[in-house]
Amino acid sequence: MAKQKPSQRISEFETVQTAVEDPERTVLSIEGVSKRYGPEKAVERLSLSVKDGELLTLLGPSGCGKTTTLRMIAGLEAPSSGTITIAGETVTGDADGPFKKPEERDVGIVFQDYALFPHLTVAENIAFGLDELDEVATDARVAELLELVDLVAHEEKMPSQLSGGQQQRVALARSLAPEPDVLLLDEPFSNLDVRLRVEMREEVRRILKRAGVTAISVTHDQEEALSISDRVAIMNDGAIAQVGNPGEVFENPESRFVASFLGQASFLSARVTDSLETGLGSFDLELLNGPIEAYDGAMIDVLVRPDDLQAMPTSEPKADGYVVHRQYNGPNFIYRVELHSGDVVHCMHNHVETFEAGQPVAVDLAADHELAWYPAE
Amino acid sequence: MGTSDRLERIREQANVADRDADEPTVLAAVVLAISLLLLSPVAWVLITASEMPTGRLVELVGSETTMAVTVNTLVLVVAVTTMSVVIGVPLALLTVQTDLPFKRFWTVTAALPLVVPSYIGAFAFVSAFGPRGELADLLAPLGIQQIPTIYGLHGTVLVLTLFTYPYVFLTTRASLISFDGTVIEAARTLNASRWQAFKRVTLPQILPGIAAGALLVALYTLSDFGTPAIMRYDVFTRMVFVEEQARNPDAAAVLSLLLLVLAMSILAVESRIGASRDGAYVASGDRRAGEIELGYWELPAMGFCAAIGALCLALPIGILGLWLVRSTEAAPAGFVFELQHVTNSVLLAGGAAALCVVVALPIAYLSARGDGTLSSLPERVSYVGYAVPGVVIGLSLIYLALRFVPFLYQSLFVLVFAYVVRFLPQAVGTTESSVLQVDPSYLEAARSLGYGPLTSFRKVVLPLVAPGVAAGAALVFLTTMKELPATLMLRPIGFETIVTYIWLVRGAAYQGQAAVPALILVGVSGLSMLIILRQEA
Repeated sequence: MAKQKPSQRISEFETVQTAVEDPERTVLSIEGVSKRYGPEKAVERLSLSVKDGELLTLLGPSGCGKTTTLRMIAGLEAPSSGTITIAGETVTGDADGPFKKPEERDVGIVFQDYALFPHLTVAENIAFGLDELDEVATDARVAELLELVDLVAHEEKMPSQLSGGQQQRVALARSLAPEPDVLLLDEPFSNLDVRLRVEMREEVRRILKRAGVTAISVTHDQEEALSISDRVAIMNDGAIAQVGNPGEVFENPESRFVASFLGQASFLSARVTDSLETGLGSFDLELLNGPIEAYDGAMIDVLVRPDDLQAMPTSEPKADGYVVHRQYNGPNFIYRVELHSGDVVHCMHNHVETFEAGQPVAVDLAADHELAWYPAE
Repeated sequence: MGTSDRLERIREQANVADRDADEPTVLAAVVLAISLLLLSPVAWVLITASEMPTGRLVELVGSETTMAVTVNTLVLVVAVTTMSVVIGVPLALLTVQTDLPFKRFWTVTAALPLVVPSYIGAFAFVSAFGPRGELADLLAPLGIQQIPTIYGLHGTVLVLTLFTYPYVFLTTRASLISFDGTVIEAARTLNASRWQAFKRVTLPQILPGIAAGALLVALYTLSDFGTPAIMRYDVFTRMVFVEEQARNPDAAAVLSLLLLVLAMSILAVESRIGASRDGAYVASGDRRAGEIELGYWELPAMGFCAAIGALCLALPIGILGLWLVRSTEAAPAGFVFELQHVTNSVLLAGGAAALCVVVALPIAYLSARGDGTLSSLPERVSYVGYAVPGVVIGLSLIYLALRFVPFLYQSLFVLVFAYVVRFLPQAVGTTESSVLQVDPSYLEAARSLGYGPLTSFRKVVLPLVAPGVAAGAALVFLTTMKELPATLMLRPIGFETIVTYIWLVRGAAYQGQAAVPALILVGVSGLSMLIILRQEA
């Protein structure tokens, strides 16, 4: 895959065949689900719905309740309240039927550490959930999946003989084999090294799209979430802070939490008058996204990411602030600049533009898009 | 994965049980009942002691005999433990951290004495150095009429040390191997001398290993019955047996109580050290940095290893060989070693192994997968067998059977139960460690693929833990074959095993007959060593 030209890769990404019957049908719906452990609340009145064939990622920091949510969908955990409906059937117990155990739900899981059965071969692992098919049908289905995940040559190997990426593909194949209504992926890439991680993101997305399965993935890695998902749900403190397609949530974070969680965000405090008064000078109100009229005369915080700002060395009297820290990332530098106004912002520069700490700089707002803002706290 | 995520997971795993509340509850109830049964020998000792009039209790505890026995026991335990450290630690250092030639050979030689049951070692030493023994015969033509007696404290210390120091050797060796040699080099670059580096860097890190081995030795010495009995040294185990034979249950119970208290204290110290050992740093590389060149010391070092090997291995095996050669003369009826003895031993050991597996699996599973202290309680209780010496179990079960189940008195059932109490920890240990190696998400994966809890367990967990369970069963089988005191006390009259046969001919001085059964037991111990080593590998 890595050897393909970019254009080819993009075209494959856009046009993978899918087996989705009705992209408008809601396959999974979670309504007002809470989970408490004693007095502690892990998930609090969470609602979410996922459509057929969609790949949704729950993104959030450690302990935000995303894994608990995943386990409640699987039936490994019972919600304290609320309902979960999978393919039109309520699985959390209602008048029509009792709580459905994991084995009674058509839900597949790819575990974080894959949980491949070490005493079974690749083919036997994939066939594990196919007990309702006869031998011929099982073999056919296993062959089909081996083909899908590109592991035909490894059929007879034991899991321990496979690389991390191969193990992950076996885990995918095993959970896809019984054709689940919903596939759950728990931190699917966290056990892979960085280079393989990027490769497997594309590969997993390709496999999921081709299988046409509705999938929910859980991660704390924003890059992963933004790159593989159709939609991203950002979670905080057991609740969903924002749901939307990756571009939407990145460009228009609805809350400070979402904003600070995506990208290396800084906030520029500003006063709204006829124009926008900031520590970097005055700007046109048009630069802000959304209606600002109600905030006339008030203080707001404007979201600025490192790529929105440019720092220029200058003499002391003309400077907006000082460089206080330099973070070298290889291709670029991120400079932390403390402004005279007290705000701290980050500026991204090409790897050849080297400033030293203590350098007085003028900072220019070079954004070519509308900026998100929040009422000052 | 962050710590809080990890915590989240642990909480979640603990919570899976909620769904299938009925099954674990039944399991827990059964397991709890079993563990109460396991505690019955200890309970008997405590109850008998508490039911005794206070005056009688004080009289027995304060009696001259008790005092003497206590002192004897403490002296023996301290002496054997010290000597084991003195022999075991240098051997471990030599075979791990120096350029000693033939290291592998010396390592095996140093560990091998464990395969000789100590009472057989004692038997061989008496035969070699006792009055009218091989050495006396050898020296008689030279006009030497008397050699110092082997019986008593020094003989007991000698024999027990020679056959238990490998515990110290092995644990010390293990911590030396997991110890990162580069830190010695670091210390040397910081200008510490070789000796300073050992004292300030190596020793503090291997101390828990040494202590763990020393405590094993202490516990073994305390509970060993055969060696002091053969070497005629009055310690608790021997006196409990003597008082029981003399039908003095009160005295036997009091002595058992004191013995138990000592054993429990050793075990308590050991568990604390065991816990602190978890944090030990384990080296990742296989490079043996900081190796010491022996130089001139090479020959003396090899001589030391060879001397220990000769005393622990060559001597007993040689004596057994001599017996074998001389045992051509027919023994009188009743003293002939027969196939029946072997089949009886195998029958008992097989029964004990089977029962241990059945009991160990739920205990181990509950402990490894259950939530909280309550579910690991039965596992803790099962470890009581480690602390309760065989004589105490034997004694308790005689009186318990007489009082509560007289129809079972002197039946094989009681004897097998005694083995289960004593050796269950081995089965629980191996089973639990194999259950712990099974990723809990396997079970969840199986359930998400459509199987119920029991089917999932059978299809996924059972095949994976089977080798561990089998190893546990084999260990129990082999240790039961060698068990002496409980077998002596609890077997039905006329029921003879390999072990009781050896005891019989020893008492009757037809020792030549003991060669074959003794060699069988050495072989059996060798096998169980192999299993333990493979488990750890």
